[in-house]
Amino acid sequence: MPARFLFAILVWPALFSTAAQAVPYIPKDGRQVVEHLPSRADPVQRELARLRTALNAQPNDVALASSLAQRYIELARVDGDPRYLGYAEAALRPWWTMATPPEQVLVLRATLRQSTHQFPLALTDLDQAVKRDSTNVQAWITRATVQMVTGDFPAAKASCMRLYSRAPQLIVQTCLSNIANVSGQGPASYRQLAATLAAQKDPSPAIRLWVTTLLAEMAARAGDTRAADAYFKAALAVDQADSYLLAAYSDFLLDQNRAPEVASMLKDKTRNDALLLRYALALAAMKSPDAAAQVDALRDRFDAAMLRADTVHQREQARFELVLRKNPALAVKLAKLNWAVQKEPADFRILAECAAASGDADARALVAAWLKQSGLQDATVLPALRQLKVAA
Amino acid sequence: MMRAVRLVLCLLFLMVCGVASAHKPSDSYLVLNVAGKEVTGQWDIALRDLDVAIGLDQDGNGALTWDEVRGRQDAISAYALSRLALASGGASCPLHVTALLLDDHSDGAYAVLHLQASCAAGITVLDANYRLLFDIDPQHKGLLRLTARGQTSTAIFTPDRPQQALQVEGASRWRQFGDYVLHGVWHIWIGFDHILFLLSLLLPAVLVYGAAGWQGRDTFRGSFIEVLKVVTAFTLAHSVTLTLATLGVVALPSRVVESAIAASVVLAALNNIWPVFERRRAIVAFAFGLIHGFGFASVLLDLGLPQSALLLSLVGFNVGVEIGQLTIVAVFLPLAFAARRTRLYRRVVLVGGSCVITLIALVWLFERVFDFKVIS
Repeated sequence: MPARFLFAILVWPALFSTAAQAVPYIPKDGRQVVEHLPSRADPVQRELARLRTALNAQPNDVALASSLAQRYIELARVDGDPRYLGYAEAALRPWWTMATPPEQVLVLRATLRQSTHQFPLALTDLDQAVKRDSTNVQAWITRATVQMVTGDFPAAKASCMRLYSRAPQLIVQTCLSNIANVSGQGPASYRQLAATLAAQKDPSPAIRLWVTTLLAEMAARAGDTRAADAYFKAALAVDQADSYLLAAYSDFLLDQNRAPEVASMLKDKTRNDALLLRYALALAAMKSPDAAAQVDALRDRFDAAMLRADTVHQREQARFELVLRKNPALAVKLAKLNWAVQKEPADFRILAECAAASGDADARALVAAWLKQSGLQDATVLPALRQLKVAA
Repeated sequence: MMRAVRLVLCLLFLMVCGVASAHKPSDSYLVLNVAGKEVTGQWDIALRDLDVAIGLDQDGNGALTWDEVRGRQDAISAYALSRLALASGGASCPLHVTALLLDDHSDGAYAVLHLQASCAAGITVLDANYRLLFDIDPQHKGLLRLTARGQTSTAIFTPDRPQQALQVEGASRWRQFGDYVLHGVWHIWIGFDHILFLLSLLLPAVLVYGAAGWQGRDTFRGSFIEVLKVVTAFTLAHSVTLTLATLGVVALPSRVVESAIAASVVLAALNNIWPVFERRRAIVAFAFGLIHGFGFASVLLDLGLPQSALLLSLVGFNVGVEIGQLTIVAVFLPLAFAARRTRLYRRVVLVGGSCVITLIALVWLFERVFDFKVIS
């Protein structure tokens, strides 16, 4: 990590100029609306306020604290505001530093820890949770996900296997296919999952959304763009506001040179950093005069993240530097730092693209080694791999 | 099925986190400028965060107006100031909010607080204690930029690191040393008790006491040697106690020290009117010099000593005291030597002056022993 440290030291003081030195002002009109906050009349906010009041009266009530933390985590997912993750952590404060907290706290703490990329700590919690209760389905699923994100596919597969007879068949198959699809069994895992979904009668919207999104990504990796597009559209029919889905679909459309569709889909969703990145990429691809302003806005957000020494955004930042700022040297540094932490297909793709653009030998070696180790088959990475002359 | 939905929600959540947390997390931006003992600054805190902490949206409709923010100005200032403390050299530097403005950052509107603080003395290390929002959002961070003498440094406050000692950049070793030399000189010049004690011992140095009373010395060399003996003895003595007290080896209550200093001035001046220890002035200078050293030490401790440069500042301060002292001697000796054979010097300056000094020092003694103010 010394490279990151050095980078932060060198760039930091310069960053403040953009992040914190606009010109403060006093609004002329007192009635001017200066900020939009969650309304207290909103049912979700009222529910949270009720739970908060109850917890304030009994801060050591673990059931109450867990359900408040759970609500905050869900809200962070829907709303995309990481502040809610901090509020969730605050609700769990009495147990936050305990070596062996109550079971319901363990999985929540692991979820919050992985959200700030503290993967080893998250795994420690999850290991403890499944050791104490081997029927804790949520702990096994979360454990499989963290293991997959960090690239430990055999362990992730083993976690999924523990779901047999404890979770519905569709969930077990999704867990397994998700891993198999990026570790050498692309076509088979894709077929199996599609069949399992088709056989399932009336899955809940949340499950349908999840599985169809994964199927769309698998189809894109297999190079079946027609099927991918259909799955993405089916997922959007379930929920057109899900930010993970919107980001994944945007990436697919950008690969298909369908930038204008991305621009119109995301133009009102730019409060979200990940979606702002896709929006700016689309505008740049369309050579829109508005692209520069969006690139500036993105730079402000990445600068702000670096000021607080956050590394959660390095994958997006690498893509930003590579495509929008045309700075492959910096991009490949970020992509390598990101790769040291997480190893999802998107992390691999940006690493390969940065390696190809920068000619960085280290990055190329990482790409070749991972291909060999994982057996990943991904049509979306092929252009970069051809440029790198690495056999897929 | 409810259970499965819940599971999947959480799993989906993990996937989303793979993309990136969508918005910026909570940060505040603190900019501090240090000049001498003054600190000015600006603190940007997100209106969203202030609303969660103290409530800004008075009608709860979600549309926050400038009137609503302005109406909570006192509460915002009080809340912010209760979460930030600055100190230098062990003494706190009281903070004030001088203005409230707004600023638009890339992730929303921020309240901008203009800050002002005065420390007791020149700042070489600024101790900052930051606790904003940590109770509500442990992922909150305070991002500090500190500017001093054209140099900029940065720091991050987190719940694990709420307290940080910020080395004021550009305060080089020599600069620090120079600061303390100046403090020493200044303290001697404004410390009338030390000057009067020294003068009481120096006034008779150009004279000799005999059967016929005070007579002028024959040579300048004799006067010079006499002055040298007194000043050296005084310096040696107060250097010893200054060092011991600063390093914490010896400690005396300040009221005892201050009273003893006043008493030393009374005795030294009375000796000029009724000579008792005429030939042993150097010994007296040494004995009372020990007490004066404690007085210097309390000043130095109040200034605040950087632990990293303890010895340097101690030596600097002592050098400053000697420079201040020698300047006084350099002005005094030629004048006194020239006037030594006049009645004016022997009667008015020596005896009359010593009477006045005795009187002043008696008042000090009274004030300090009984902790009572007669002259300010």
